Parts: sequence; C-alpha cells; structure tokens
Amino acid sequence: MGSLSLRSVAKSFGEVRVIHDVSFDIPDGSFTVFVGPSGCGKSTLLRMICGLETVTSGDIAIDGTRVNDISAARRGLAMVFQSYALYPHMTVYQNMAFGLENIATPKAEIARRVAEAARMLKLESYLQRKPTALSGGQRQRVAIGRAIVREPRIFLFDEPLSNLDAELRVGMRAELIDLHRRLKSTMIYVTHDQVEAMTMADTIVVLRAGKVEQVGRPLDLYNHPANVFVAGFIGSPRMNLLEGRVHRADAAGVAVELPGHGVFATRAQGARLAAGDTVTLGIRPEHIRLDGDHNRLTGTVAGVEQLGGLSYVRLADPAVTVQLPGQTRLDFGAGVRVHLPDDAIHLFDAQGQALARAGEPA
Amino acid sequence: MARFLTLTRGFARWDWTDWAAHLYLLLGVLIMFGPVAWLGLSSLKSEGALQAFPPTLLPYEQASVDVPGRGTLKLFHVVAGEYQGQDLAELRRMGLQSQLIDPKAPGTIIRLKLDERVPITRLRAAWDNYSALFGKFNFLGYFWNSVFITGVATVLTLLVNSMAAFALSKYRFTGRDSVFLLMLATLMIPPTIVLVPNYLIAATLGLTDNPWGVIWPAVATPTGVFLLRQYMLTLPDELIEAARMDNASEWRIYWRIVLPLSAPALAVLAIFSVMWRWNEFLWPMVVLSRSETFTLPLALNSFQGELATQWNYLLAMTVVTLLPVTVIFAFLQKYITQGIASAGVK
Repeated sequence: MGSLSLRSVAKSFGEVRVIHDVSFDIPDGSFTVFVGPSGCGKSTLLRMICGLETVTSGDIAIDGTRVNDISAARRGLAMVFQSYALYPHMTVYQNMAFGLENIATPKAEIARRVAEAARMLKLESYLQRKPTALSGGQRQRVAIGRAIVREPRIFLFDEPLSNLDAELRVGMRAELIDLHRRLKSTMIYVTHDQVEAMTMADTIVVLRAGKVEQVGRPLDLYNHPANVFVAGFIGSPRMNLLEGRVHRADAAGVAVELPGHGVFATRAQGARLAAGDTVTLGIRPEHIRLDGDHNRLTGTVAGVEQLGGLSYVRLADPAVTVQLPGQTRLDFGAGVRVHLPDDAIHLFDAQGQALARAGEPA
Repeated sequence: MARFLTLTRGFARWDWTDWAAHLYLLLGVLIMFGPVAWLGLSSLKSEGALQAFPPTLLPYEQASVDVPGRGTLKLFHVVAGEYQGQDLAELRRMGLQSQLIDPKAPGTIIRLKLDERVPITRLRAAWDNYSALFGKFNFLGYFWNSVFITGVATVLTLLVNSMAAFALSKYRFTGRDSVFLLMLATLMIPPTIVLVPNYLIAATLGLTDNPWGVIWPAVATPTGVFLLRQYMLTLPDELIEAARMDNASEWRIYWRIVLPLSAPALAVLAIFSVMWRWNEFLWPMVVLSRSETFTLPLALNSFQGELATQWNYLLAMTVVTLLPVTVIFAFLQKYITQGIASAGVK
C-alpha cells in the first residue's frame, strides 16, 4: 500500500526547467532518500509527488493510479516540512487532530490515534502544550506525529533534521529508522546531507540540476558510482579525483598517465577509449595505502587531521586526501609516497561516466 | 511615577538637554491634552459659568443662599464702604446700584454701588448637564445607533477585508497585483468626490434613513485590506500547505489557520474601524435624515441650533461621545503598536 512510480516527470517554472525527465520506481515499504546539492530540485520533486506543485509533463502514479490531477489532500500522503509547519495557535493535540477533524473522523477514533502516535513518539506529557513551548526535537516529533495519525500511504520528509543541532540529528535519525521499521510504510526523505542518505536509505536517488544521476542502494552507490558527480558526492571525505590521459587501453585495463606523476594501472575496461583521451581517475581516501611497489604517487603533506582512531593526511600537488588507520607521525611539509591499488581505482571518461571495472557488471 | 517624570539623560544633575526635553514634552502634553481637559472641565460648568468672562478653568458657580420670604438669592462679598468684609445676598440690580440684604437680618435693604461688591463663587460641578442628556434628549437612542453601526460595521469589515487579504496574499493568480494596486489606488480618491454617486446608489437600493446605509459602504476599506495583506504575507506558506495536506478546505484554512494567526493585525484594524465608524460624520449625515436614526456625531451637530446653542449640554454630550473610543484605545493600544510594527506599515 504505497508504491510510487515516476515516468518522464518534468517541471518548468516559466521558461526555467527545474526537473528534467525524471523516471524511477519506489517499491512499497521502502525508505528512499533524495539527495543532492542545494537547488538540485529534490524538494521540488517531493512537492510534485505530494501535489503541492503541478507536474509540467510526465506521470506520477501511486499504487498504479495516475495522480497528476488529484489534489494534495486526496493523494493520501503526509508530509513533514523542513520548518515543521506546526500550527502555532493550536496545542500539540490539536495539531495532530486537525487533519483527522477535516475528514470528519469520529472523536473517539481521533483520540485513540493521537494517543497511539503520542505514545510512539514519547509526546504524551506535551499534548496540551503549544508548539512554541517545545524544543526543536519535540516539535520535530509533533510534525512526525501529525503525519502518523493520518495513516498515509507514503510519508514524505523534506529535510526534517536540518534545523536540529548535530547531536539531536543523530538521535532523530535513529528514531526515524526505527519508526520506519515499526510502521513498514513507504517513506521518501529529502536531504542534502549524504551521511543522512547513506545511513537511512534503502534506496538513494542522487539528483543534480533536476536530473537523476543515479538510483541505487547506498553501498552500490558508494562502491560503483555511475559518474564523477556521484563519486564526489557520496562518501566523506570525498573521493580524490585526478585529471589524466589514457596512456594505453587494452584487455588488462586502462593505464592512465597523470601529468607529472607517471602512469597508473587500473582495472577499468576501456574498449571505447583511445590513447590520449581525457579521463578522470578517482580513488577513495581509505583505499590509498603507504606500502606497494607500483602505482606510486609522491606528494607533500599540506595538512594532517588526527581523529585518534584514524587520520586524514592532505597532500598538495596532487591534491589528494589519504586516510590512514590509527595515528600518524607525518607532519606538515614531509614528502610522502603513497600507493593507489589498481582494483580500487575508479575511472571516468571525458563525459564523466564511469567505466566498468574487470569483474563487475557494466 | 515621580521618578519617571524626573528622568534625566543619565547625569546626576539636570543638564540643559533635560530641561529642553521636559519643556518640549510638556508643551506636547499641553497641546495634545489641553483641549480635551478644557472640554472635560467645561462640560461640568453651568450655562451661566460658560458665558462668564473672563473664563475660568474650573467649574465655578456663584454661591447662593435661601432667605425665608425672599427665595434663593445670590451671595456677594462687599469690598468697599460701610459694610466692607460682609457677605450679603442680592435682591435686585437697579442701574449702577444693587439692593442687598444680610441673610442673617433680612429686614434691612442695603444699597451699594456695583463695583463695591464681588460675587462669591465656589467649585461646583454641574452634573445635571449629564443627567439631562438621558432625560431631556434621546441620548440613549443616538448612542445605540452609534454602537450598532460601529459594531456591525467593524465585524463585517474584519470579515470582508481579511478574506480579500487572504486571497491577495496567499493565492497565486494572474492579475493579483493589478487587483491589489487598483484597490490601493482608490485611497487617492477623496470621499467627497464619490459622495454623490454613493448617495445615488444608496438611495436606489433604499438604504437611506437606515443604519445599513452607513454600514455597507464602509465595509470594504483599502487600508484594511492592505494592513491585513501585509501581515498575512509574513505567515509562512508552509503552514497553509501543511493544512492543505491535512485535508483542510480553503474555508477551513482561512477560518482555522489564517484568521487566528492574523489576530494582531485584526486587532489593529478593529480599533481603526471602531474609531472611523464612531467618529464618521459626513456620510451618515448624507444618508440619515430622520432624527431617530442619527448617530452621536449627527446628534451633536443637530444640537447647534441656528439661533441658540445649549453649550453645556453639547459639551457634556461631546465628552460622552469621546469616552468609548478613548477607553477602547487605552486598552488596546499595545496591539496597535505591535500590529502596525509587524504589518510593516508606518
């Protein structure tokens, strides 16, 4: 009871096209996260799904029924807004009951559902308070409670944690995951924070400039980014991306020449590449090692971040971040040689598309 | 209070700027409050005291005494001549002479020159100016007319203006800004210009000599729409979207969400509307011609006869007319400043 499918959905504000030809399916009961930088259209897409924005072209279907022309209220969805949008003049109870009163739910049923949601969200002792008398986290819970009591087919969350402080955010993240596990409803969650996306999602939809860059499970996106954007966006600290040229492309893989740093062997399958083509070499900080006899890169330490359990070393020329286990004695200005393991290197063509690596599907 | 009134700029001693500031403020108090105080005090004077020259600030009245067999006589103090220092009662004036008697020995008639005696006055408020309003005149009738028109017009003004403001602030439709500008543009048309056309419409609709003829034309005010719209613009759109997701009809969004949240701006408009309707003069005068339908300002006007004006009653009625608005303003003024500040209107 809550699958969603988008077919070639597009949206224009006047002449400006903000969503381009977006298509994907969200299965019933999944937790899907839309992630992307500010202004990528993820909130607009969410508002189109819930019916607060019209669809310029394409179809949105909920449980197989086209809903383009159905009003927001009748789509059976519930939204948690970024600003919570609690009604400031009503008590917590009235806030949660308002939606049910509007569809003429019997009083006893309203009381039962509100009580149940309040118990689930630990809001029982706050029901008679006004939202202004609550902390940020409690307001957040009320906003979620207001969605829960309506028993919607799909929950929509628009950056719900962005107004909370860091510690509370981690706590609420866990609560939301827990809530999803208990309710087993379909949830769609919008955020610009890739950590939230990685930790919460079953499926991540990466958006940029109104286009879907990649859809997949979090670790699939992490391990097999489809393009340079996803590679740089998912993962913290971000993947190192280095511009280079194809030195040689054959069955064993593509060898890449980084200007001034030599040739690096990779496992990328580059049948469509020719020597001299521009490519981008990507490698995650945690895959770079200090030992190894080939694919070696020399740099100067430009900064060290000691986190205790692990350390990040930033090299200058080329700008590369290296994650080292434990603590390090490396200091500013020291020369370091690092090893880029062949099988950890991602290679992207001039258009930014990933090249398949040996032993993995294209 | 005393501490507040002697506040200084922060120095221990009074600086010249403190003197200047206090003088300036005192002048302001005199200019603003003086006429009102003068009105209030004068309304307590008897008709004779009002005519007295030089005028007095407080309501004085000449003292009188009951003399058996002579009736009530006015008391005078003798300032010169044989009887200097005595208080005598005047029987009658004859030319430059006055005939007086001693109230304790009423048998002897004493003759004095006019300038040998001065009237004895004492403070006495003529409250009967006020009590006469309810006895001699149909004051309660006028008062009720004013209350009815003010009350009903204010409620309708709030309702109509807030609906217009809601549509103009929260709906996106083509021509919204032009409609709004057009509405504001009507502010530039002086009411006197449309007086006759308005009257013709009211007459055609049969609204003359009828309180509704005063109420309906006043209900939609561009100022009110502007004030409420500016305030409603500050209400987050997400609230309305949340309500829409909550299955609320547009009417319920207006009634349950927008209206309660606009309370500060509504309070301001309510106060303005009460003051406008209560003090309105020209339009009611045009529409209402039968005395029973008069509002207080019209009744006040009709008190000023062509030949004689009973100033003492007129002043008393003016005070009573002013009172309700003053009280409302005093209690609600904090909403005015709040509401105006938040509506972004100066």
